[in-house]
Amino acid sequence: MIALNHDPYNLIITGVGGQGNVISSRMIGNMLSARGFQVTIGETFGASQRGGAVMSHVRISSTTTLSPQIPEHQAHMVVSLEPMETLRVLESYGNPDVGVICNTRPTHPIGVISGRLSYPSMEEMEKTITRLSARSWFFDATAMATKIGDPIFANIIMAGALAGTGELPLDRNVFEETLKSKFPPNKVALNLEAYDKGYGMINRD
Amino acid sequence: MSPLTRGNPGETHLMMGNEAIVRGALEAGISVAAGYPGTPSSEIIETLAKISDDIYTEWSVNEKVALEVAAAASFAGLRSLAVMKQPGVNVAADFLMHLALSGVRGGMVIVAADDPGALSSINEGETRLYAKLMEIPMLEPGNFQEAREMTCWAFELSETLNMPVLLRTVTRLSHASGRVTLGKLPIPDRKAFFRFDGDMLDPMEGPIMTPPVGIKHQSQQKKLQQAAKLFEESPFNTYEGPESPELLIITTSICDLYSKEVVALLGVKDRVGVLKLGTTWPLPAQPVLSRLATTRNVLFVEEVQPFIEEAVKVLAAGSQLDLSSLTFYGKYSRHIPMAGEMNPERVTAALSTILRLESGPVSPVSKNYPGTSLPPIPPREISFCPGCPHRASFFSINTVLQLDNRQGFTCGDIGCYSMGMLPGGFFTLKTLHSMGSGSGLASGFGKLDKFGMDQPVVAVCGDSTFFHSAMPPLVNAIHNRSAFTLVILDNSGTAMTGFQPHPGLPVDTKGNQAPPIDIERVCRAMGATTRTCDPFDLKATQKQLLEFINGKEENQGGVKVLILKQACALSPKKRHTQSFEVAVDPDRCIGEACGCNRICTRVFACPGLIWDAENNRATINDVLCAGCGVCASVCPQNAIQRKEFP
Repeated sequence: MIALNHDPYNLIITGVGGQGNVISSRMIGNMLSARGFQVTIGETFGASQRGGAVMSHVRISSTTTLSPQIPEHQAHMVVSLEPMETLRVLESYGNPDVGVICNTRPTHPIGVISGRLSYPSMEEMEKTITRLSARSWFFDATAMATKIGDPIFANIIMAGALAGTGELPLDRNVFEETLKSKFPPNKVALNLEAYDKGYGMINRD
Repeated sequence: MSPLTRGNPGETHLMMGNEAIVRGALEAGISVAAGYPGTPSSEIIETLAKISDDIYTEWSVNEKVALEVAAAASFAGLRSLAVMKQPGVNVAADFLMHLALSGVRGGMVIVAADDPGALSSINEGETRLYAKLMEIPMLEPGNFQEAREMTCWAFELSETLNMPVLLRTVTRLSHASGRVTLGKLPIPDRKAFFRFDGDMLDPMEGPIMTPPVGIKHQSQQKKLQQAAKLFEESPFNTYEGPESPELLIITTSICDLYSKEVVALLGVKDRVGVLKLGTTWPLPAQPVLSRLATTRNVLFVEEVQPFIEEAVKVLAAGSQLDLSSLTFYGKYSRHIPMAGEMNPERVTAALSTILRLESGPVSPVSKNYPGTSLPPIPPREISFCPGCPHRASFFSINTVLQLDNRQGFTCGDIGCYSMGMLPGGFFTLKTLHSMGSGSGLASGFGKLDKFGMDQPVVAVCGDSTFFHSAMPPLVNAIHNRSAFTLVILDNSGTAMTGFQPHPGLPVDTKGNQAPPIDIERVCRAMGATTRTCDPFDLKATQKQLLEFINGKEENQGGVKVLILKQACALSPKKRHTQSFEVAVDPDRCIGEACGCNRICTRVFACPGLIWDAENNRATINDVLCAGCGVCASVCPQNAIQRKEFP
């Protein structure tokens, strides 16, 4: 088995209910489980689907079954489908060595829509996130997904981007196999397109 | 197909805790499974219905009936499963008490899913006390593999004892995923036949009932003693750590993983041992007492109530142990909080204090990490989805109650529409308790005119909740001449838990055709005045509701039922479809200058809208808008325009 650069490796996928967090974390979990890693995914769903902040904890180890909750400030990577949620996650799970992949498309919470609260500017958030992480990538995955045909593909674009960082042994073939077992052929092609687009967004130097 | 039905013994798959329970039940060869949807338990029945045609699966009308349906299968010699979230156990409790006493025949397991931390609940109820109260054995899986193995073994145990067995899971196990190595699937071979002509006391051939109570209760106690003995040898109780630990953690369920992880993280493996109990009622004496004899300090890590803590203390008090040499830490000593779910931080805090660790309970990272001193991040309140009929319904209820101006109020109930208590639901709900209790409370409020109360009373309930437990209070209200308006928010499915069908729909659990029960006709047959409106038609809905609460209708006073029928925006039939293309005319929207108090964004506040502060006007969020077009009815300037899709 390929050695992980951290064992356990703690990945957080975050966003807003309805953005496809659960599918994304399961896809990534399946890809790693298929390679023999111990994977625990912690998540909650139910009320949180209704526009609330959602978070999946994906924990990977070559030796032990881990708990479904990452201890505070122990994340190695944060994949975020919504920029403000990135900040919320870093506040509790960030540390100077954490990596961040961030979709820049905001989803305003009710408090912001109604004008009770103000949403931070992307410029400001990008600056803060950069300061709070060791490495970070920003792009509008929702715009890319809409071009593919549905904004929901942002979750797969982000999974592709995670693969692009090379931090985890994610194998595109395993992704394709998992897709084929779950989706009809036309959906498989679109998901692969999303994955590859995301993969291409990461500048590997 | 799913590895749940196809997977071969020895294969390992990533599975949700609930899927592992499904696999365990399949490996035990169950024939019948019944339940009522409730987070975090819903995926169990849902998955069984999807993957297996050999099993009869049923979304029952409520948890008590589910338990009865499953029990019937057991009485006929089959293995059966009943599934519910914790509050459902309260609903089923009356039958469960009698079932525990009468005993069962085919293996019968009740899966109860608790939600510590109330992540998807409006209470933090605890099922484990029921094992003690009902006097039945209980198992608590500590990880994904155990979820499969324990479920499978629970059926065997049930048949050994002729007792129903409780399997208690929690959200962080049921909804988390981990690796599970599969066991063997049997070939189903059981035939259903209910034997009743044997001796009254013959568990296998006699009639199944609780009398004679004295004899049956004694035999129940004997069976529990037998369970305790079996539990002493159970591989589900494990110990990891030094022979004589400075501190012994006694834990169960998912807390085992938190405990072991924190012990490793803090580097105290040589000082702390972890005794994990999987068979938690009746408590197996020997494994616990022999470990207590090796230490002077004990910490209990469990959620929600101090269940094991109390049981171990009782056990210790009745043993030969020198109690003066033992110090117990846990919920009673407040080293573990009495409320809320467990997590690594809480275990860290307890261990750091008890072991006097220098690092203290605060993670060394957080001391210097700038992320912990950020300006406040706007919270993300949960709210109704874009296109949700409930937003429109509550907007109307709220508007009408304000127009009526007699301080009328709305009693809430359980479902997505419970969010009617939040800003996104205009703070409409003023009471919120258990399933069906909105109607029961309204029935009571509606009788208080005798004592001077003249506030209009409204209750809401969903379509599934109506069948679950709103029908008896409605009967009660009509018969006792109470006066209130029940608004049934009929969105064509059990929406919050994932669109499970209910008796009002023309499909059954497996999606096959079934006779629907018409809610309006049921209410009318009971004697209520009924109307049905489309909640997206704000005008018609508000007019009807106003007439109802003003009592100007025929049959003045009495119980009125308004059915607001519109499918959920996320329902399979509506998802990805839009009725209207909605756009804001930038010339007509004049923002704050309008005098509308920005009703679309400030008041109606659908997440499909964006308030563009820079340009002082509302816009539509194209990614989120579901195209229901209701905001166009809300806008007094006709600035929000909707165009029907061809």
